[in-house]
Amino acid sequence: MSDHQYADITRSGLWSNNVALVQILGLCPLLAVTNTTINGLGLGIATTLVLVASSLIVSLIRNIVRTEIRLPAFVMIIASLVTAIELAMNAWFHELFNILGIFIPLIVTNCAILGRAESFAVKNPPLPSVIDALAMGVGFMAVLIVLGAMREAIGSGTLFADAHLMFGDWASILTVTLIDDYRGFLLAILPPGAFIGLGLLIALKNYFEARSEKRRKSERIAQPAATAAHS
Amino acid sequence: MFKKALSSPHIHQPPYSTQGMMFRVILALLPAAAAYAWLFGWGVIINILLAVGVALVCEAAMLTLRSRPLLPTITDGSAILTALLLVFALPPLAPWWLTTIGVAFAIIVAKHLYGGLGFNPFNPAMIGYVVLLVSFPRELTLWSLPAQLAEHTLDFRATLNYIFSGTLPTNLTIDALTSATPLDVMKTQLGLGQTTSGIMAAQPVFGFMGGKGWVWINLLLLAGGLWMIYRRIINWHIPVSLLGSLLAISSLFFLLDPEHSPSPLFHLFSGAAILGAFFIATDPVTAATSNTGRLWYGAGIGILIYVIRSWGGFPDGVAFAVLLMNMAAPTIDHYTKPRVFGHGDKDA
Repeated sequence: MSDHQYADITRSGLWSNNVALVQILGLCPLLAVTNTTINGLGLGIATTLVLVASSLIVSLIRNIVRTEIRLPAFVMIIASLVTAIELAMNAWFHELFNILGIFIPLIVTNCAILGRAESFAVKNPPLPSVIDALAMGVGFMAVLIVLGAMREAIGSGTLFADAHLMFGDWASILTVTLIDDYRGFLLAILPPGAFIGLGLLIALKNYFEARSEKRRKSERIAQPAATAAHS
Repeated sequence: MFKKALSSPHIHQPPYSTQGMMFRVILALLPAAAAYAWLFGWGVIINILLAVGVALVCEAAMLTLRSRPLLPTITDGSAILTALLLVFALPPLAPWWLTTIGVAFAIIVAKHLYGGLGFNPFNPAMIGYVVLLVSFPRELTLWSLPAQLAEHTLDFRATLNYIFSGTLPTNLTIDALTSATPLDVMKTQLGLGQTTSGIMAAQPVFGFMGGKGWVWINLLLLAGGLWMIYRRIINWHIPVSLLGSLLAISSLFFLLDPEHSPSPLFHLFSGAAILGAFFIATDPVTAATSNTGRLWYGAGIGILIYVIRSWGGFPDGVAFAVLLMNMAAPTIDHYTKPRVFGHGDKDA
């Protein structure tokens, strides 16, 4: 595979085929835990780790596993990896693990992970599979963080609250209080806030997409000869 | 715009334009608004002015962003009506930011993000109210006392000062000016094991049918609603089925257990049932459209109001009931399509 294709895979995972904004997969954890930035980051990292490892393993064994039994095999791989992540978080990030609760084990059911295994890793060699998984994971994590930050800022007027749960005690200084004596806008923290926030993010992405599309079109009209040569 | 929201078949032209209809609804609301202001003080008038101002600004901003013609929509009165209905749901001493957030959410999210008047699946005023109720439960419980009960009243300047800066004259606290609403008192006291007759006798907030003061506002709303039916601005189906089902289910429970179920009259005249029946549930955009459908739609709201008031977590349930039935309206329309003339079997 050429560098050109790697760049395409990366762009697709981060933006044009983003798990949360375009494929709209993995909504359950996305909507449930993004009430603070740190929760979003924690779940994003865990999901990305599982996604990368599962894509690598699936890609390595893709020629050994028969197609008839591939799905149970993939699910078992993903479940083992999630169990490992769950135990590791319980050991080292115990408080964060308690906050994220059921949504760590539920990574197993995140269809984005099985989706990448089934639609990409099973058909491609290990290196592209890992790059694809990494791009998809980071794209998902970015949405989790942005949505978490939005809801936290509007809902409780802070940013990076509870950062010490993730990075140790020094990180308490990261916590920013945006508005002193804020009453809190509960709607943003409750589930409807997650749906409204995700809807706004999708709208924003579509807006950027439409704008760049328009610009590309007007460039094409301005330089018809150059475009014709490329295509 | 309104003509698009009606569905076929049309035999008559709608009797009023959107504008004519909206302003007649506002006219029907005005006597009750005046009574509300008379009983609860200057706060109501300040809230109305503020809400209408915010609504018009948001409407203009969204129309500009959506590159829609400004004048025909902004003068149709729908934003003013939304603002006015929301003020009826808010406490008279609501701080300015509460009113502003509610109205802005109603106009920007519930109305324009769904495509503007005629396309919104949910009643904008009720969305605005529910957002506030869910987000700021404490502020929404601070209702000021009606005039007959209040020992202190705020003059215009003091009210303005309180709404915009949150400060009261030095000798007053907010607790001296506010109390729980009749529905709230009833729910709390019943929860403590009191009986309805005991509560009605012991609590000063209750009058002969329901809450003091609230009864007058509700009677004027009822008069306004009947005038709207008389002038054919709304159909009779939704108000009748809504109030009828509320009356039926509350009478049933009242007859079975009068000591622990408030009377049907209390249910009709103490909360937002009348306002909801004539002014909110009848919104032609969000309600069911066929006459049979309207009967089901209204009956559903009436029963849900009783269920939420009696067994739910909130003292009143009109807003939630209306929104839930808004959600059901397309399904109701699907199953209650009128038979097309000349097609289908009459007996089937």
